[in-house]
Amino acid sequence: MGSVLTVRDINVYYGAIHAIKGISFDVNKGEIVTLIGANGAGKSTTLHTVSGLLRSRTGDIEFLGSSIARTPAHKIVSKGISHVPEGRRIFQGMTVEENLQMGAFVAKPERIAHNLEYVYEQFPRLKERTKQIAGTLSGGEQQMLAMGRALMSDPRLLMLDEPSMGLAPILVDQIFEIIQNLHKAGTTILLVEQNAQMALSVADRAYVIETGRITLSGTGEELARSDEVRKAYLGG
Amino acid sequence: MADRLFKSINARGLRGAVKGSEYKKEALISYGILVIGYILLQLGAMTGLIGHNLQGQFVPICVYISLAISLNLVVGISGELSLGHAGFMAVGAFTGIVITRVLENSIEFGPLRLIIAILAAAVMAAIAGFIIGIPILGLRGDYLAIVTLAFGEIVRNIMNVLYFGLDNNGHLKFAFNHTIEGIDTSQRVITGAIGATGVTKLATFTGAAILTAFTLFVVLNLKNSKQGRAIMAIRDNRIAGESIGLDVKKYKLMAFVVSASLAGMAGCMFGQNYSTLAPVKFNFNTSVLILVFVVLGGIGNIWGGMIAAALLTVLPEALRQFADYRMLTYAVVLILVMIGTYNPAIRARITAFVNKIKPKKKDKGKEKTGKEAA
Ligand SMILES: Nc1ncnc2c1ncn2[C@@H]1O[C@H](COP(=O)(O)OP(=O)(O)OP(=O)(O)O)[C@@H](O)[C@H]1O
Ligand SMILES: [Mg+2]
Repeated sequence: MGSVLTVRDINVYYGAIHAIKGISFDVNKGEIVTLIGANGAGKSTTLHTVSGLLRSRTGDIEFLGSSIARTPAHKIVSKGISHVPEGRRIFQGMTVEENLQMGAFVAKPERIAHNLEYVYEQFPRLKERTKQIAGTLSGGEQQMLAMGRALMSDPRLLMLDEPSMGLAPILVDQIFEIIQNLHKAGTTILLVEQNAQMALSVADRAYVIETGRITLSGTGEELARSDEVRKAYLGG
Repeated sequence: MADRLFKSINARGLRGAVKGSEYKKEALISYGILVIGYILLQLGAMTGLIGHNLQGQFVPICVYISLAISLNLVVGISGELSLGHAGFMAVGAFTGIVITRVLENSIEFGPLRLIIAILAAAVMAAIAGFIIGIPILGLRGDYLAIVTLAFGEIVRNIMNVLYFGLDNNGHLKFAFNHTIEGIDTSQRVITGAIGATGVTKLATFTGAAILTAFTLFVVLNLKNSKQGRAIMAIRDNRIAGESIGLDVKKYKLMAFVVSASLAGMAGCMFGQNYSTLAPVKFNFNTSVLILVFVVLGGIGNIWGGMIAAALLTVLPEALRQFADYRMLTYAVVLILVMIGTYNPAIRARITAFVNKIKPKKKDKGKEKTGKEAA
């Protein structure tokens, strides 16, 4: 299968802080690839660099065969990368449906109705709440809304930053079930998680990031079985 | 601090804009206030019920309503605190004065000169907005307030040392920091801190009202456009806005420049209402005054700002007869307006009252009020 995203040797700084120290990885069509690591390892920074909000000083980022390392952030979405940022960034004052419509801001107008239907199919919880003000949704529903909104732009690559953060176990299960459904429907997903167990259980391939470097990589299963990962991230 | 102030009110404004029906309601109320206000004031003037002093306030009322509407675009819709609106007003006013003076001999027809002056004022103020908008719209919250404040003061200080005059051939001359040699006193257009003198007043109540309607038209249409929704989405959550592919800087700049340009037009009208106009008119107090209109009317609430602007412009004049109690009454009215616009209980009561007197639309209407109450 062809590569959707290829990240080669990126180095990202916050002023003097060297946050990403030469990371390389790739995501192939139809895969779920996960980046796992502890707090402050550089997972979110990596996603921000892919979506153009931060710039790498070196290396290159290729998406569907062309470099996006110098593409402005607002053009990345229309190229086909949708980023669901950490922390459920929804438009609080809008209704659920208005949030979803905003997600299609860069999409072709004739696709909106179709995409909306698809999102409601994947997230029945949202369909029951189309007219509800988004700020009044529960945490899990807000996460679903953020994910649904990202799907509205017809992404070729969906990047999820800690979708399970702060959710009760039962909701975490639900979110991961949805991730698997999206995967089955053919969406390519780059998943960042601290919940290594869940992430590895759904991932085709995984990378472990520690203080800005990739220290391990392999299939989800391999890493779930490896001693290092079990000690550091799966509680023994 | 500004951020927190806005967060609490954002929700309401956004919903109002996104829904088509609420947009229609807002437009109806806003234009309604304008038209009814215009008719009432005209009638009052014709019948002599409104005295001369108050009639002199007609143009300023329209101008301040315009300014409240355009500032609401930045403060309410874009969610940025701007303290330099009077600066754009000044740019527009003095541009207009120079233009009308230069054209005085070539274009006899006053209204045409006024229109050209207003267009020129719009362009100049837009350029000013663009120049200061580019570097500062990357800044957030309180920094923006400080920079716009400084901008307003810079404009005023530049005007304090700027001299314009017409030479014997009717050509425009200008100088910094000193009067221009060899120009007759009567041919001076702008004289530093003294400001503009000998302005042929071109502003009329009707003209000013049309300008206000135009301002309203621009802002309401922008608010209800795709760009407007982008601007409000970014205000609501900047990171979410970025994540759906919005060009944050572009939309912030769009709101800022359009607002500046409209303020320039209002300023031009203002300048054409007095035979003399000093730069001190456009000081920080004026910027704050316009912001007060917006805040009192409920940030993001276009027609609320219009009413506040009209009332607070008329009030000092209308209260003249109470002499001693003037400022006291002024303060009481301020407080009442504040309570009226921000108190949810009173708002609900007003809404209920409005619904009651509205012609019943059968089930549809009922369903809606039920939802709003819930
Ligand atoms: N805006 C910033 N300015 C300075 N340093 C930053 C900034 N954002 C992140 N960092 C630093 O960069 C490093 C990587 O941060 P990042 O947010 O990418 O971590 P993460 O892996 O996503 O962590 P978490 O799981 O807690 O979200 C951290 O050391 C962090 O302190
Ligand atoms: Mg993170």
